[in-house]
Amino acid sequence: MSSIEVNGKQLETDEEGYLLNRDDWSEDIVDVMAAEDDCEITEAHWEVINFLREYYDEYQIAPAVRVLTKAIGKKMGADKGNSKYLYELFPYGPAKQACKYAGLPKPTGCV
Amino acid sequence: MAKTEFDTPELGEFQLTPKLHDGVMAHSQPYIAKPEFQEALGFPGELEDGWEDRAVTRLGELVDGSRALRVFLDSCVKCGACTDKCHYYLGTGDPLNMPVARQDLLRKVYRRYHTPAGKVLGKIGLAGLIGAAEMNKEVLDQWYSYFHQCSQCRRCSVFCPYGIDTAEISMAAREVMDSIGQGQKYCNEIIAKVYKIGNNLGLPEPALVDTLEGLEEDVKDETGVDVKFPVDVKGADVLLITPSADFFAEPHIDGLIGYAKVFHQAGISWTLSSYASEAANFGMFIGSLDNMQKVAERIRTAALELGVKRIVVGECGHAWRVAYSFWNTLAGPFDFLDPNYPAPQHIIEFTHDLIQRGALTLDPSANDEYRVTFHDSCNVARASRMGNRPGGQFVLPREVIKSSVNHFFDMAPETIHENTFCCGGGGGLLTDDLMELRVKGAQPRMQALKDVVEQNQVNYLAAICAICKSQFSKVLPYYGHPMDMIGSVHGLVSNAIQLGTKQ
Repeated sequence: MSSIEVNGKQLETDEEGYLLNRDDWSEDIVDVMAAEDDCEITEAHWEVINFLREYYDEYQIAPAVRVLTKAIGKKMGADKGNSKYLYELFPYGPAKQACKYAGLPKPTGCV
Repeated sequence: MAKTEFDTPELGEFQLTPKLHDGVMAHSQPYIAKPEFQEALGFPGELEDGWEDRAVTRLGELVDGSRALRVFLDSCVKCGACTDKCHYYLGTGDPLNMPVARQDLLRKVYRRYHTPAGKVLGKIGLAGLIGAAEMNKEVLDQWYSYFHQCSQCRRCSVFCPYGIDTAEISMAAREVMDSIGQGQKYCNEIIAKVYKIGNNLGLPEPALVDTLEGLEEDVKDETGVDVKFPVDVKGADVLLITPSADFFAEPHIDGLIGYAKVFHQAGISWTLSSYASEAANFGMFIGSLDNMQKVAERIRTAALELGVKRIVVGECGHAWRVAYSFWNTLAGPFDFLDPNYPAPQHIIEFTHDLIQRGALTLDPSANDEYRVTFHDSCNVARASRMGNRPGGQFVLPREVIKSSVNHFFDMAPETIHENTFCCGGGGGLLTDDLMELRVKGAQPRMQALKDVVEQNQVNYLAAICAICKSQFSKVLPYYGHPMDMIGSVHGLVSNAIQLGTKQ
């Protein structure tokens, strides 16, 4: 079983590094995961991660890319409400990389 | 995240057949399915002692149950016509990605246990004389690797003088592996989600409804018109069955908006189903008739419960193969639908028919920023049809595109229509753990695309398959193109369609 070490604790993940138990999530996890990807976490990243977590709590799924871009556009300005901006923040793809940081399971299917 | 540790193939002036690189892709294997997903599909959770015998028995059942499979295994004469036809061979140079070599991985086990000569020679240790071999761990490893390097696109079968269909052989191999407890994570986790939630994504009804309401707002803001995205409306004329990626991903969602605008403008009532919110049927990819049937039955159930008269299928390649070629036997008869319309009908046929009858007004200049080419998706091109004439599946999508754009250019003839190259991500391989294979397998399509980009300044690659769209948005950047160069055919229709009262 794969795992990730955060604050001295081993947390279970799947083969691709997604947390298996959502309850294990903490803000520190984001820094550990981002360090592995050479990604510097800014306020903008947190906006996305927090929105994903709120949406997941309500709907038990990550939001559609369109739903996410619209929400980010509303919060951070219309010029940021597009996939291009999200890919600048999360180069491995907002749906996948941001979900991973937010402790959500990986979206599956033809996406 | 997975780091890139491979080289993107270089594109030349024209498609070259690569030098042989023995075993260069032997390491490429997808993650193995967890026991809970294996069991949800009716398979054993994991490999257990005695799996070799069970594999041989299951293979015997499959050849006894399918004369086609037995003929494909018996009739190869090693002429070599298929060797340079597979995109995975062209992109990797691994000789086991030649279709004949891939087939032989299974054929040698078939010969050993299920032909008279193999049974006799096998007992005295001379199976090798007739190219037969024992089922063992080494063979299983090769199967797991190389039957997950076949996208079941069937291009090789077009060139085989005997019509041997490698896809059938690769499906059989996957079914055998599932039945002994070694299934593939990507496909099996997804099928389990369809059973539990209704679609590949695991998108529950409230999220689906919320997403669709958001789209209604977007279209209203953009056009001022109340275009609806209805769910579970009893008594609607049309049930739309579309891949769940159409609700979730870019550029898929532009296609969904296009379908909704077409329904709106045609004045035909339609609905989605929250129970059958998925066109995809990954049961086909894993070669499991039982699972294919269970997934297909959901659509029949939804159609009956909603009391619709027609079923229209959205832009999804393998789903159209399943719908067109298998629904009737798997979940038919669909004699409760209106016999005046094809059952099922493809969204391209639906829109094409409306265009022919003058029921839609399209302004192609709305797409003047685009210079468009069309990627034929393999399952539509080689395993189904559209319209009422042979080759309609090539003509209709192009006619819909040409009604919606002013600048259309086809790629080279040996790479389109029935000769089309797979996007590199079909057949249940659209998963991050196979990224190297996906990038390399896209090479022949990228070569053909490069030519029309250079000669005709093409900047829009249109497709009618959710897998193709996701695969291209991922691999285009490896070949120097922007990821948003890929788009839905109905995304173009969506831009061009004139909403409101017909002038």
